[in-house]
Parts: sequence; C-alpha cells; structure tokens
Amino acid sequence: MNRHRRICTILLSGLLFLAGCAAVTPEADLTLTPEMLAQRQLQTRRFETTDEQKILKTCAALLQDTGFNIDESETKLGILTASKERDATDAAQWAVFIVGAFLGVTIPPDKDQIMKAFVTTRHVGESGRQVAVRVVFERVVFDTEHRLKKIEALNDPKIYQSFFEKLSKALFLEAHEL
Amino acid sequence: MNFDRLFYRKLLLLIPLLLLAACMTTHDRLLDMDTSQVQLRSIQSRAFDTTDKEKTMRAIIATLQDLGFMLDRADYTLGVVAASKGRGDSMQMQVPATLRITVTVRPRGEKQLMVRANAEYQRGPVTDPKPYQNFFNSLGKAMFLEAHQVD
Repeated sequence: MNRHRRICTILLSGLLFLAGCAAVTPEADLTLTPEMLAQRQLQTRRFETTDEQKILKTCAALLQDTGFNIDESETKLGILTASKERDATDAAQWAVFIVGAFLGVTIPPDKDQIMKAFVTTRHVGESGRQVAVRVVFERVVFDTEHRLKKIEALNDPKIYQSFFEKLSKALFLEAHEL
Repeated sequence: MNFDRLFYRKLLLLIPLLLLAACMTTHDRLLDMDTSQVQLRSIQSRAFDTTDKEKTMRAIIATLQDLGFMLDRADYTLGVVAASKGRGDSMQMQVPATLRITVTVRPRGEKQLMVRANAEYQRGPVTDPKPYQNFFNSLGKAMFLEAHQVD
C-alpha cells in the first residue's frame, strides 16, 4: 500500500513538472528556424499569371466551397483568412473516457474544433510574372466542457497537396470558363 | 441574547468592508504602463530605409506567416497588422499558450518608415528587448534591409 502511494506521488510530481511547459514563448517563437522555412516550401506554390487579385478571388471561392467562412481580407496586401467550426468527436477518446470514469478518472473527450486557414499571395519571379500562393491551416480543439484543449498547426503534406490541386483546377476552370 | 448582539455587531462591521471592496477595481490596468513609456517604445520600434508601405507591410505579413502566426487583422490604410500564435496540447501536458502581436507602420521623415511591434503573452505585455530584437532581425531579412535602432 505504502509503495503504491509512493509511485503515485512520483507520477504526480512528474506530471506537474511537465504541465509547466508552455508550447509558445516570446523568447523562442519570434526567431526563424530552418524548420519554419521547410514549412514555407511545403505550403507554397507558384502559378503562371500576373493577376494576383484573380488568384485571391479563386482562393476565396475555393475556401467557401470547402465550407470555410471568410474572416478577414485585404486585397492590396494579398491576404485572406477563413475559419470553420466542426465536430471533433473521436470514438477512441470516448472509449478512454468511459473506461476512465469506471476507475474514477475523468478525461473529457474532444467535442468541437475551429479550423483556420490563412492565405497570402505575392508576385515573384522576373518582373513579377508569377504569383506565389501560401496557405497555412491550424485547428483549435475544445473538450466536452468547452475548455481549450489543443491548438495545433496542420502539417500533413497531403492537406496542402489537395488544396493546391483544387486551386489549380479552379484556376483552369475559370480561365477557360467551362 | 448576548450571542445575538455579538452577531449584529459583526454584521455591522462587515458592511463597511463590503462597501470598501466595491470601490476596488482592476480597470486601472486599461491604460497601465509598466516600464517607462519612452524606453518601451524604443525597444519595440525600428526604422527602415524605405518609403514603400505596401512592400513593408507585405514583408511583415510574410515574416509572421513564416513564424507560424495566424493573421487576425490587417488594414493597409491604417498600416496595422495583428496576428497571433497559439500552440499546446493538454493531453501531452503542454499548457495551450498564445502569443499576440500588433505591428504598425508609419512614415518617419521623408525617407524612412517606422515599424513598431508590441506583443502580449499570457495576459501580460512583453517588455523584454530580446523577443523584439529577434522579430526585427527576421523582418530585416525578409526586407533585405537593415533595421535601425531609434531613440
């Protein structure tokens, strides 16, 4: 019994120690790192056009098609932000929650999520003949008690590939007015 | 009987205390300034040798995007960009924390632009010079220009 209690104490102090870590700090998060530049490459595509506005309009339409609402835009600066709220229920987490409840531990499962998109466009290449589009996605997850549980960048390359494939298709369609 | 009197006396004492507590507020933080204003302004500002407001604002936005920030507001006319970066996963024992930053651009003399950034972290201002230095270094690289310290 005594040993059990000691293990519990060690585990708890370990958890408390870990809980002190913040994922974002002013000291670390205003410095560029090579990883950040690698992200930029993954999230950027170039398009052969001089019409930056048209690309931005197509991005807005594409985001709308995928269920996003536009939050902020400034055409002169080539920016667009959008978000959508979706269900974040995960069956595995509910299973853990139910098992936990029997053991007297409550781990509230995920319930809602806000997904955010941030698009920027800019002229690149010789005399600005190309337009580079960069998109970043992230999500904010809340649990069943409406507490903020997780904020994470969505870094799966597949998401970005899929976005740019759709964007190319939409641009092609617009150009040819099919 | 004696007990009752004591009770009422205590109650009477409590009333002025409650009244006093009602006078205490925390709204004096609305216009608070922790460090001297001039010093903080110098930490948060840099001058750039350019008059191209659009290019400067685009560089600010690109830098913030590189740093993993999400844009909250941007207004070309006002020269304001506001962004925030939140990360954390409570399941991995990380406290979800958010760093917010507002950057403004305005002309400084005939040939320069003044860029001022102010950051907020976990319900408090960032007054340490180092984070601002890092930000302006990153911004300088994006603009291919040197960030000048101003007094």
